[in-house]
Amino acid sequence: MSNAVMEPGTLVQEPEAHNPVEPFLRMERIPHIWCPGCGIGTTVNCFARALMNAGLNTDKVAVVSGIGCSGRVAGYVNLDSFHTTHGRAIPFATGLKLANPELTVVVYSGDGDLASIGGNHLIHAARRNLDIKVICVNNLVYAMTGGQTAATTPVSSTTATSPYGTFEPTLNLPQLLEAAGATYIARWTTYHVKQLEKAMTEALKHKGFSFVEVLSPCPTLFQRRNHLGDGLATMKFYKEHSQTKHGASTADTGLTKEGDIVVGKFVVKEREEYIEGMTRHFTEHLGRPFEFKVRTC
Amino acid sequence: MAKGFVKIVAERCKGCGFCVEFCPTHVLALSSAFNQKGYHPPYVSEAEKCSGCDLCGMYCPDFAIFGKRYPVGGTHAR
Ligand SMILES: Cc1ncc(C[n+]2csc(CCOP(=O)(O)OP(=O)(O)O)c2C)c(N)n1
Ligand code: SF4
Ligand code: SF4
Ligand code: SF4
Ligand SMILES: [Mg+2]
Repeated sequence: MSNAVMEPGTLVQEPEAHNPVEPFLRMERIPHIWCPGCGIGTTVNCFARALMNAGLNTDKVAVVSGIGCSGRVAGYVNLDSFHTTHGRAIPFATGLKLANPELTVVVYSGDGDLASIGGNHLIHAARRNLDIKVICVNNLVYAMTGGQTAATTPVSSTTATSPYGTFEPTLNLPQLLEAAGATYIARWTTYHVKQLEKAMTEALKHKGFSFVEVLSPCPTLFQRRNHLGDGLATMKFYKEHSQTKHGASTADTGLTKEGDIVVGKFVVKEREEYIEGMTRHFTEHLGRPFEFKVRTC
Repeated sequence: MAKGFVKIVAERCKGCGFCVEFCPTHVLALSSAFNQKGYHPPYVSEAEKCSGCDLCGMYCPDFAIFGKRYPVGGTHAR
């Protein structure tokens, strides 16, 4: 590691200090594949700190991702993790949680993976209030495959598949998730690192289906095509155009290409969790205490 | 006297500028020199202003920088 690139200035050396995120990463895989100014790594910093805050035994935390740039998170975190097929992170996580209810199961994936190809699974996991924590990195496109239009792409955006701009209405994820029955819903951007850390911590501790949406720059495939500048320009845009509205009606959280972004904690409520519901139901109907267990061969 | 310090792994940096832009006390600047991958990493231009808040560490998508507070009453090892 050379310091030759440093300008004259003060380089403060503290050899014994380590980046607090490193124990949460598979350092042998760093540097990662993400582009300069991509926000996914920033979300990982917040996630590592949230894990520390939540005080969870990391041997009992599993991360499940689908396919995509955001889906690569499963391969970089120093936790038990699984990189599933495209759109199927939630079905895999559902099985994992039901087979091992003591695990904290985190689904970490992209907007295309979770809400476009995997949208049906997202809806039904929320409907069941299954106790999994979904972190959705929303960069508004299918990035990994070249920046195609997704269900989350704002109207009038130029994408690889919409050279004349998109005309389809855009999916408003907090509203979809609230209607489906999620019991924790927050949205932040990669500019809001402290708030995101807090939301992720709350989601990790919440009992029931939790959804944290993070708007994140994809300078290579979304911002560039739309002449919106680089990653830093996008971060400044988030700073200037975000409006924090805790408890906002999710009918008002729709995203547009260059309009304001409503951020905050929109939904926190208690509702019977899926395994709890199953336990209550079968205890009532079988007339004896029912304990949910998966039979292993 | 600085309340904290910042550490930079210049070779891991991709020059996005997030740390420089969002450091609350403007401790950092981007170097005009290149690292081996061809990016301009940050350097510490105002060490005395560093609080060790680690916001740079939270922003850095490449895990290339972090800040740390000096222990209260501790030494400022340089
Ligand atoms: C069944 C299937 N269909 C399509 C693909 C191609 N594919 C890979 S990643 C991806 C898009 C991922 O988008 P998103 O989840 O938003 O992640 P991002 O890359 O934007 O972070 C697609 C369509 C695939 N791998 N498998
Ligand atoms: S293509 Fe976009 S989302 Fe993928 S790593 Fe690059 S900037 Fe990030
Ligand atoms: S630790 Fe805080 S004050 Fe020091 S360089 Fe980083 S962001 Fe700036
Ligand atoms: S945030 Fe990280 S990658 Fe970006 S310029 Fe600073 S050290 Fe380099
Ligand atoms: Mg995407």
